[in-house]
Amino acid sequence: MISQIPFEHGLLLAGALFVLGLIGVMVRRNIIFILLSIEVMLNAAGLAFVVAGSRWSQPDGQVMFIFILTMAAAEVSVGLALVIRLYHVFKTLDADCAGKMRG
Amino acid sequence: MNTPFYIAAAVAVISTFMVITRRNAVHALLYLIVSLLSVALIFFLLGAPFVAALEIIIYAGAIMVLFVFVIMMLNLGPQSTEMERRWLTPEIWVGPTILTALLAAELLYVLVRVQVRPSDINVITPKQVGIALLGPYVLGVELASLLLLAGLVGAFHLGRREKSDGGGRA
Repeated sequence: MISQIPFEHGLLLAGALFVLGLIGVMVRRNIIFILLSIEVMLNAAGLAFVVAGSRWSQPDGQVMFIFILTMAAAEVSVGLALVIRLYHVFKTLDADCAGKMRG
Repeated sequence: MNTPFYIAAAVAVISTFMVITRRNAVHALLYLIVSLLSVALIFFLLGAPFVAALEIIIYAGAIMVLFVFVIMMLNLGPQSTEMERRWLTPEIWVGPTILTALLAAELLYVLVRVQVRPSDINVITPKQVGIALLGPYVLGVELASLLLLAGLVGAFHLGRREKSDGGGRA
């Protein structure tokens, strides 16, 4: 039997996934894992939008999810290009190695 | 009542926890794909089939393939063959397989056994989403196209191979 999923539980799941992604960003130092955790956080934000859109049965939540998807695609392409550049320059994927600015 | 939702939510949380605790990036990617699949199932249960399909096609398909490409590019070396041998041991793929099998069983159960009355879930059809996307949100679509163009140019510029060895350009 399937009925309407409780609004609070959907938001709770989105919050839990977001917090997991945030922990990943703060704890991990490998830059690929940081990007993966950012993907998790964006996905959780999209989940919250879709849950809210389903709660009020409006399509706006899904439209916002499509925008988040677009933004995630652009972000990950630039981010991975930066990862390749970082690896060529520093020969490591440690994010702390790139902590100093030049000039 | 909503047992499929809670199972999928548990799978999502477990696999996301595994993502942020793995040491190997490819193992984390496997778990992230499981997490995205379970979120897609949750979208399906919420009555949003369009974004469920988009989640699988774009997130679990395109973006994850991008990650796999980059990890493969960075992993060239003598240790990669030895790593490949270690990838075939069961304890690596058994976790994602169990979680995915759980999701597949749930999907089969939902498809075969459950009769849903249309009034139970307020389904939002792709038609409604499309009308909203190209109606009130058409400015957002234009901005998204600009953003994608900027992302394309930025990725192309950053990903070019340097002529000189090392030495990042300012």
